Amino acid sequence: MSKKQSNQPTTDNQSLLGYFAKQEKVFPKRVWGQYRKLKWAAMIVLLGIYYCVPFLRWERGPGLPDQAVLIDLPARRAYWFWIEIWPQEVFILTGVLILAAIALFFITSMLGRVWCGYACPQTVWTDLFVWVERIIQGDRNARKKLQQGPWTWEKFYKLTVTHLIWLAIAWATAGSFVLYFNDAPTLVKSFFEFDVSSTVMIFILSLTFSTYLMAGFAREQVCTYMCPYARFQSAMFDKDTLIIGYDSERGETRGKHKKGESWDNRGDCIDCTACVQVCPTGIDIRDGLQMECIACGLCVDACNNIMDKVGRPRGLVRYDTANHMAAKVKGGEEKFKFFRIRTIYYGALLCFVGGLMLYALLSRAPVELHVLHDRNPLFVQLSSGEIRNGYTIKILNKTHDHKLYHLSVDGLPDAQIDVSAAGDIDADSLYVPADSVSSYHINIRSNVDPDAPRDIVFTLEDHDQEVRDTYDAKFITKRK
Amino acid sequence: MSDDKHKPEIDEVSGVETTGHEWDGLQELNNPLPRWWVWVWLISIVWSIWYFVIYPAWPVPGGATEGTSGYTQYKELAESQAEIVARQAAYLERFEEASLEQIVNDPELYAFAVAGGASAFKDNCATCHGTGAEGAKGYPNLNDDDWLWGGRLSDIHQTLEYGIRADNWDTRMSQMPAFGKDGLLNAQEINAVVDYVLGLSGDEHHGDAHGAGAEIFQQQCASCHGTDGKGLREFGAPNLTDKIWLYGGDHATVYETVYYARAGMMPAWGGRLDENTIKQLTVYLHQLGGGEESVSNDEQEAIKPANH
Ligand code: SF4
Ligand code: SF4
Repeated sequence: MSKKQSNQPTTDNQSLLGYFAKQEKVFPKRVWGQYRKLKWAAMIVLLGIYYCVPFLRWERGPGLPDQAVLIDLPARRAYWFWIEIWPQEVFILTGVLILAAIALFFITSMLGRVWCGYACPQTVWTDLFVWVERIIQGDRNARKKLQQGPWTWEKFYKLTVTHLIWLAIAWATAGSFVLYFNDAPTLVKSFFEFDVSSTVMIFILSLTFSTYLMAGFAREQVCTYMCPYARFQSAMFDKDTLIIGYDSERGETRGKHKKGESWDNRGDCIDCTACVQVCPTGIDIRDGLQMECIACGLCVDACNNIMDKVGRPRGLVRYDTANHMAAKVKGGEEKFKFFRIRTIYYGALLCFVGGLMLYALLSRAPVELHVLHDRNPLFVQLSSGEIRNGYTIKILNKTHDHKLYHLSVDGLPDAQIDVSAAGDIDADSLYVPADSVSSYHINIRSNVDPDAPRDIVFTLEDHDQEVRDTYDAKFITKRK
Repeated sequence: MSDDKHKPEIDEVSGVETTGHEWDGLQELNNPLPRWWVWVWLISIVWSIWYFVIYPAWPVPGGATEGTSGYTQYKELAESQAEIVARQAAYLERFEEASLEQIVNDPELYAFAVAGGASAFKDNCATCHGTGAEGAKGYPNLNDDDWLWGGRLSDIHQTLEYGIRADNWDTRMSQMPAFGKDGLLNAQEINAVVDYVLGLSGDEHHGDAHGAGAEIFQQQCASCHGTDGKGLREFGAPNLTDKIWLYGGDHATVYETVYYARAGMMPAWGGRLDENTIKQLTVYLHQLGGGEESVSNDEQEAIKPANH
């Protein structure tokens, strides 16, 4: 017969909707154990970081935001403690995402779906919402009875309280998200004064709604049907990846067991379904590794508690690798292999990209020069016989001081630089305010042979000669 | 194909119920879609109907259904244009008051003038002078430092306002004689003067400073182009000693110039563009690279009346 019949989605072909599977609400039972402790710890740390970080301060100097982590969209700046990112440096953000992806591959190939089990926001918030549900409505059976039973006054007020708390959490979640894009204390204050812009309000409302929907209702459906990562991570698994496994060799043949009965000729699994009752995705781990399993380890805790009670060794359900399990069946022991081609190349890739990013951050120039040659006209013949080329230059002053820069050009005989700008500005005193970009149009004239285009180099220095940047450009002298 | 609804078959390997459909031994597994997915699908259909009603959506002959909200991108464009005009109003007021001299010394007004001038140039001037003001044969390059009628702010402003050989009383006006066509000089004399003129700008193959060409130049040409050939801006007579030739600097072209004469035209923009636009254009052209030192205070006064 079928192994999976228990959690096969059922359809009744009576109506049109009957062709589609109804969501079976999962009522995870409370459990205590080492992985549950780990999950609580992870949740407290992660939620703590999420809700508190916007309030951390970091002194940057006058006129600049003092929020440690801030994405300032109107000013087009991102701040992360001592790191400041300009729009032309978003590649650093891209790099962070790439780094995160590789780190995920690395961890997954070694330890399986630890991200899913402990760190994914979907998991963390679902866990939090289930906890609220349990506090208000009781454990698995009480909840099941209440929610599936008829409407009573008790059902009404318990559900109302649950949903109100859920909404409050969702609201706080959405509000915190917005704080990363605004000065947190100011925004919080304006909340209490009922003086928030409609953009902020729309963001908060839609994020509140999505949090409420995802953690309150969609839950394991997100992992099973929506999340791409849940699907493609099998590509990172191999037989040496840690997974949650049921030791069927030891557990079968399963069956009820009475105290004092012999354990001979039978398996250790007493078919108590504790592992199924605690599972937040509602599956039976004894059916083998399944796509739905987020490797939260709660079934391990549940089973270990049962084994302790009946006096059998722990680990009937455990973290293990497929290779190790197979080796045990043959009577051998196999060591857990950390170093495999897969983990080595993910690890190497991680170091490489990490190093590249570190280099990019450390070599971030305090000033940058960009030069764009005029397209039309490419050059101008002057009455004296000299030739003139026009350029638009952009100077990025990433320091926190106002600066005067000096621009020079190499590779042209008696080059003369004229700046077209309001008032008297010359190439010796190009002003750029702190933490901003200035753009100037300049003309360069020179008495060159109009034979071939010249390669020239612009050099920009600040007045204390502390920082400089160069830019290679062309000086065009004739039509092709 | 079996059609037994009440006793679903179960696939041995996967443990999944089959649909009962079978083709040559292949069975279809019944892995149903989640029901909420169907709801999302239905809601998106409802949403699209709402959208069709609210917004312009369906193409019909001669346009599209209008939508009850009355939204169109044209309207949105008009609104954002109105917004920009409103934002400019503050500048325009200051701009109107300011003299050209003040504008080029005020970073804000200057940026406003250059930006506005650049777009007005593309709309009105680029047809003749090119999009980069690079000019063409007979149409001066406005980037260089060679000006027929002068390159100070006031000169440029006057040229823009009244044009050159245009249809109004104040236009800049002069007329070069058609020396060959009107029989003032014969072919040999023209050749001699052309050689002399080419020599002025430093081409060594030509130009005998004391020959026949020089003599003809002093008699016929110097009154406008100056005894040294450096031109005279009052008459828009070009400097013949520099490296810039409006019509071409080879012998044949200069011969043609002397034979038939040249008289370029530019319309007066005074009546067609408003004064602010003309001021913007003036500043824009002045900063292209050839603009000459600003006007003195007296001259500043002199332009003022032209503003009316
Ligand atoms: S399956 Fe996807 S959504 Fe679910 S826990 Fe894993 S990563 Fe998160
Ligand atoms: S089977 Fe176990 S590890 Fe997997 S999701 Fe369920 S409880 Fe968590």
